[in-house]
Amino acid sequence: MILTMWVIATILFFIFRLMPGNPLVAYIDPTFTEEQQQILLKQFGLDQPLWYQYFVFLKNLGQGELGDSFFFRDSVVNVIGKVLPNTIYLMLLSLLLAYTIGIMSGIYLAWKRGERIETVGIVLTLFTRAAPQFWVGMILLAVFSFRFGLFPSGGASAAGTVYASEWEKLLSPSFYHHLFLPALTLAIYLLGLPLLLMRSNMLDVMKEAYVDMASMRGLSKLRVMLKYAARNACLPVVTAMAVGIGYAMGGNVVIETVFSWPGLGRLLVKAVSTSDYPLAQGAFILIAGVMVIMNFVADLLYSILDPRVTLENRR
Amino acid sequence: MGAIKKTVAGISGFFRQDKFAVTGVLIYLFFLLIAILAPWLAPYNPHEMIREGSQFMFNRPPDGQFILGTTNMGRDIFSQLVYGARPALTVGFSAAFFVMVAGTLVGLIAGYYRGKVDQLLMRITDIAFGIPFTPFVIVLVGFLGPSIWNIVMAMALLLWRDTARVIRSQVLTVRERGFIEAARVSGASDLRIIFIYIAPNILPLSFLYGSLAIGWAILTEAAVSFLGFGDPQVISWGYMLNDAYVSQALSRGAFYWFIPPGICVMLAVMAGFYIGRGSEEILHPRLKNN
Repeated sequence: MILTMWVIATILFFIFRLMPGNPLVAYIDPTFTEEQQQILLKQFGLDQPLWYQYFVFLKNLGQGELGDSFFFRDSVVNVIGKVLPNTIYLMLLSLLLAYTIGIMSGIYLAWKRGERIETVGIVLTLFTRAAPQFWVGMILLAVFSFRFGLFPSGGASAAGTVYASEWEKLLSPSFYHHLFLPALTLAIYLLGLPLLLMRSNMLDVMKEAYVDMASMRGLSKLRVMLKYAARNACLPVVTAMAVGIGYAMGGNVVIETVFSWPGLGRLLVKAVSTSDYPLAQGAFILIAGVMVIMNFVADLLYSILDPRVTLENRR
Repeated sequence: MGAIKKTVAGISGFFRQDKFAVTGVLIYLFFLLIAILAPWLAPYNPHEMIREGSQFMFNRPPDGQFILGTTNMGRDIFSQLVYGARPALTVGFSAAFFVMVAGTLVGLIAGYYRGKVDQLLMRITDIAFGIPFTPFVIVLVGFLGPSIWNIVMAMALLLWRDTARVIRSQVLTVRERGFIEAARVSGASDLRIIFIYIAPNILPLSFLYGSLAIGWAILTEAAVSFLGFGDPQVISWGYMLNDAYVSQALSRGAFYWFIPPGICVMLAVMAGFYIGRGSEEILHPRLKNN
């Protein structure tokens, strides 16, 4: 896991350093004299040899130090820290929506196996997986926000609102009003995985002897489905959720942009388009870090929840 | 020759068996046809700001003259949609090609040689899985410059990972079969065994992952263009969506502008899924019975 992060950080370092042009272009004002530019280069350590910069970069990264943003003129850690909570709220709500609806619909579709409704359900699910997320977001915006005026068209709070603390924000209804559409869009995208996984697991589990046994004991179909089959079919879906968090981090980039949601993904887009190298680097490393950790958690959960599977066997 | 014949027979057999896969292929053929015939199908030049007399045709709703209306700059939306099939297919097929070649090679070599080579290659694959896809493409394209080939390259650098994993595990089983053993005993070289004996058996699988990659690549190009990192010279479906978004088509309720390009992207991705779903039943016949 640490090896993976190290390789990703190294790739990133070289992508940013070997780019054409001086990384300070965005920072340097055209009116700066040659001398002032040299002083700046020194300040950022860009006059040192590449290998030296690389070790400084790794050392700082290890200490959680990501440098200063060119654009915001503030430390990258601060800039990211300000928007990260918004991304987390968005992710949590959409994961909650996606996994609740997904698991229940998966059970339902497994129940209706072979009926018309099953085909319709699966085709609909494929639609949600294939539709570009930002396009779904655009439609929701055009319909619910512009046509019917039910939801705000973007941002995380009404213009001019200042929250005294994170708690006050979380307690304000206006915040949830803003959060709903982006979370729904992300949830629609995430829904497919738990739904299809739950359905196919249910179909597998329902062939097991203990499920037959339960139905032979005369228990109702509902009881057998929920109490006996669904419980076991849930396990892999829980594991998949860890991977889902990783996906959600990546998917955030487009959705946050559509809804002008002040989160990590939108920050990354902004950093790249303003050539803010340190900020783009920091945001990317954080997103990659979450993905790597979640992949690892998924592997762990897999073997903990189902002792029949060891990490060795999966290879 | 024998190998090629076998591959062709395998692929065509799988299409005959499966309605889903056929639908997927038909969708791709449909887009291909539109891309080729674009100059004849599109009533206007997609870049042209259309005017009648001295009057520019801004923001026209759909009517007889403009099937899907015009943009806020007076460009014909239907013509843009038709021409959008070209970059979509260029991106889709070229990314899929790289993905298939790279993923198949990595999978073949890792699966055949096993041991240290396998460990190294699979570790690299794990790392590729740790890199977030869309952010990576954005960062690379953002700094390398917005061109369609940079987008393809950025996608190809990561997308091979799924193919490599699946091909490897398939190779691991194929290499244990009797005819491989026979080839080895009769003195065939490693390269000969890999490319003449093993490769034909896993080619349908790499075609399958290639077709999925076409869909993902088109979807990603749309997302990257939407975020404003697309090739400014090229009118793609993603560019149209970006154009509609920044020109306030949403608040004006110009659904005729931003619905059609999204549907095209969705169809392209669905086609990949359909081919995938169809072939799943052939690759794992067990699934058919339950």
